[in-house]
Amino acid sequence: MAVKVVRRRELTIWEKLYLPQIVSGLKVTTAHFVRNLFLHTAHSVGMLKHLPASVTFQYPEEPRPYAFRFRSRHRLTVREDGTPRCVGCMLCETVCPAKCITIVPGEHPDPNVEKYPVRFDIDLGICVYCGYCVEVCPEDAIRMDTGIVDVAASSRDEMKLDIHELMNPALRKPVTDCRLEFPHQCRISGGEMKGSWEKT
Amino acid sequence: MLADLTIKLVLAGIMFFGVLNLAALHTWLERKQSAIIQDRIGANRASIFGWRLMGLFHPLADAIKMFTKEDIVPAGADKVLHTLAPFFSVFFALVAFAAIPFGDRVILGDRVIELQIAKIDVALLYVFAMLSLGVYGVILAGFASRNNYALLGGLRATAQMLSYEIALGIAIIGVVMIYGTMDLQELVRGQGRMLGGWIPLWGIVVQPVAFFVFLTAALAETKRAPFDLPEGESEIIGYFVEYSGMKFGMFFLADFLETILVACLATTLFFGGWQVPYLMPDGFHFPWGSTLPVSQWTYVLLGVASFSIKVVLFCVLFMQLRWTLPRFRYDQLMRLGWLGLFPISVLNALVTASVLAWVDY
Repeated sequence: MAVKVVRRRELTIWEKLYLPQIVSGLKVTTAHFVRNLFLHTAHSVGMLKHLPASVTFQYPEEPRPYAFRFRSRHRLTVREDGTPRCVGCMLCETVCPAKCITIVPGEHPDPNVEKYPVRFDIDLGICVYCGYCVEVCPEDAIRMDTGIVDVAASSRDEMKLDIHELMNPALRKPVTDCRLEFPHQCRISGGEMKGSWEKT
Repeated sequence: MLADLTIKLVLAGIMFFGVLNLAALHTWLERKQSAIIQDRIGANRASIFGWRLMGLFHPLADAIKMFTKEDIVPAGADKVLHTLAPFFSVFFALVAFAAIPFGDRVILGDRVIELQIAKIDVALLYVFAMLSLGVYGVILAGFASRNNYALLGGLRATAQMLSYEIALGIAIIGVVMIYGTMDLQELVRGQGRMLGGWIPLWGIVVQPVAFFVFLTAALAETKRAPFDLPEGESEIIGYFVEYSGMKFGMFFLADFLETILVACLATTLFFGGWQVPYLMPDGFHFPWGSTLPVSQWTYVLLGVASFSIKVVLFCVLFMQLRWTLPRFRYDQLMRLGWLGLFPISVLNALVTASVLAWVDY
């Protein structure tokens, strides 16, 4: 391995005096202080709004703009009849490195569709947000574009999303009533099958 | 007798009301100033009825939090000393303010009231004694906590105090020699004269070197960045590592009080205390010859306002320094104290003495 000699520069007398260096440091902080104080004052009377006085985003009130490809909480895309696009192929469950997806497929009455998810759960407590499930899906049935980043819960169970929340990102916990018509298993019905294809 | 006592109590009330409130505001100032320096906004969430007032309620919220938090005494700690230490810190920081003059004399009927809690002939020595005693709180806290890191913090604080107290003391000898008194009120009065009629003869004018030494050593005395080795947030967490609740709050308060005390001292010794340039007891005497008479109360209030403004400006300057400079390494700190400030202050005292011996002042 080659040896790299780092030469430490000797301080000049001007730098060793220390006081001039303090003054130059103070110049930096004071310049920031005066500029930002002036801008804050100007903002408070509604002037110079285009010049930012701070880099802060006041988070809950003022969400930060996210990149287009930013991976946020998952959602299941929906067909026109309200059933999930997912065909229960298990590719996402298989590719998932964290093994946070649980799918129970069931037979779809439409012979062109073959299967659909009776259960589709994602445990966000384990999910690593890698986005492989989205990449691997042949049906564009799962996406990570809800923009939800403030996933928080007070227990591990509450971190588990079931098919309601995945199909409707507007739903937030606790979900109390089940509006899905097609036959599925969910936590509200206690894991039992609920709904029928006749209704949809 | 009773009237004297009342007057003293009122004076003490004014001083402590001002000082303690300024200390509370210091937490606000520290947060906001650092935020503005660093392009942030700073604490602004505490609100009363939806009013946020730029985060001014945060000191209040802090106080409530400190008082309601659990107070823990570690199992192995010396209970008495552990409890006593924060009180020592705050007590010595507070009593030192007794000798600080915050205004000229008020003549009320046949009484002459000096705006100073205690008129002590050796006020300067008294203030320095209290400043030095303040380190007892710190070393006791470090010792009584039965925690290696706390003890390290306490030891560092002691070494730092010893090293910088000396430079601090010698730096002001020049000022004492020039004004010929240790009574702070008289010292401020002595700064009311004019140099050539234009420049007020403040301590900074006659003792600029002493001022810089004093400022540096005083910053070290307050145990705040860049001299916050006793605390050493990133490595030893300091002498109050085993403190919680309001006891921790009192150490924090003592820190701020010492900052204010040092600002008061710098104002009193080097920036003319309550002196307003060209203001004499009977009004303004401008160097171009014109005069503007003011009433006695205006004169006194102008003095108090001048003192307060100078102190607050010094506090802001200390805060600015604190958010500008990185912390010293321990050996650098000792080197600066003993090989830098100490010889400079001794030289300054010698030069001042010899100049005073030759020049009739």
